[in-house]
Amino acid sequence: MSNIKVETPSDREVRVTRAFKAPAQLVWDAHTKPELMRKWLKGYDGWSMPVCEMDVRVGGSYRWRWRNDETQTEFGFFGKYLEVIPSARLVFEEHYDQGSFDVAMMKEPAIITNDFEEADGVTTLIVTMAYASRAERDDAIATGMTDGMGHNYKYLDAWLAG
Amino acid sequence: MVQFSETRLDASFAALSDATRRGVLEQLGRADASITDLAEKFHMTLTGMKKHVGVLERAGLVTTEKVGRVRTCRLGARALEEEAAWIERHREIWEMNYARLDALLAELQSAPQKKPPKKK
Repeated sequence: MSNIKVETPSDREVRVTRAFKAPAQLVWDAHTKPELMRKWLKGYDGWSMPVCEMDVRVGGSYRWRWRNDETQTEFGFFGKYLEVIPSARLVFEEHYDQGSFDVAMMKEPAIITNDFEEADGVTTLIVTMAYASRAERDDAIATGMTDGMGHNYKYLDAWLAG
Repeated sequence: MVQFSETRLDASFAALSDATRRGVLEQLGRADASITDLAEKFHMTLTGMKKHVGVLERAGLVTTEKVGRVRTCRLGARALEEEAAWIERHREIWEMNYARLDALLAELQSAPQKKPPKKK
């Protein structure tokens, strides 16, 4: 159940597949209701999600912001919903909001597609992140290298969360 | 988790700080190319391109091999390692988020409904 699959279907996309023991309706709710989403979409410990606004309809906007409780560093994502099919498909653009974070990335928005597929009480969630170019993805790879130095790649939480 | 020495890290950052060099990596991600090909593609002199490739090579992001008069460039092991490490990082963070989501979904399904369904 908890097996996660990460693939790169093209040189500018990443796809994550994961099954949940719950009906699609609930998994959808967890992605579209702020009071539910901020409970799980937090990445590493020590981060909270002070801003989680979502107007889930085509053309509606969302704004997410995370904060490191210790350093008060903030960053986020924002954008518009492009496709909304309840319990089935959620597509939105993702702009990076650097906030007070010292990592710049993703000048062009990525397009995030969430597909929810329910069968026998199990919902398979397929998240496809399409970056504007492979260069954007390479930027992310470059930024990821800070990992070895043990600091500031936590923006990835949000980015991945898309 | 992959550890990198700071010197290598500096070299990599320097190498990736330039748009042309990122473009070269992108290009080599699709297919190997000679320095001449790359110079043409990026509208650059051979000398200019050689310098860029040199920087990428020192950072381990590109390897080159001279066969006859042609120097062929391809992605270095390090570039491929970075990609693998980056994907692994994705997995790790998603796993943390989704473990929390599992718990939340379980809670939602076991908790008594706040609003019981209307009786027909």
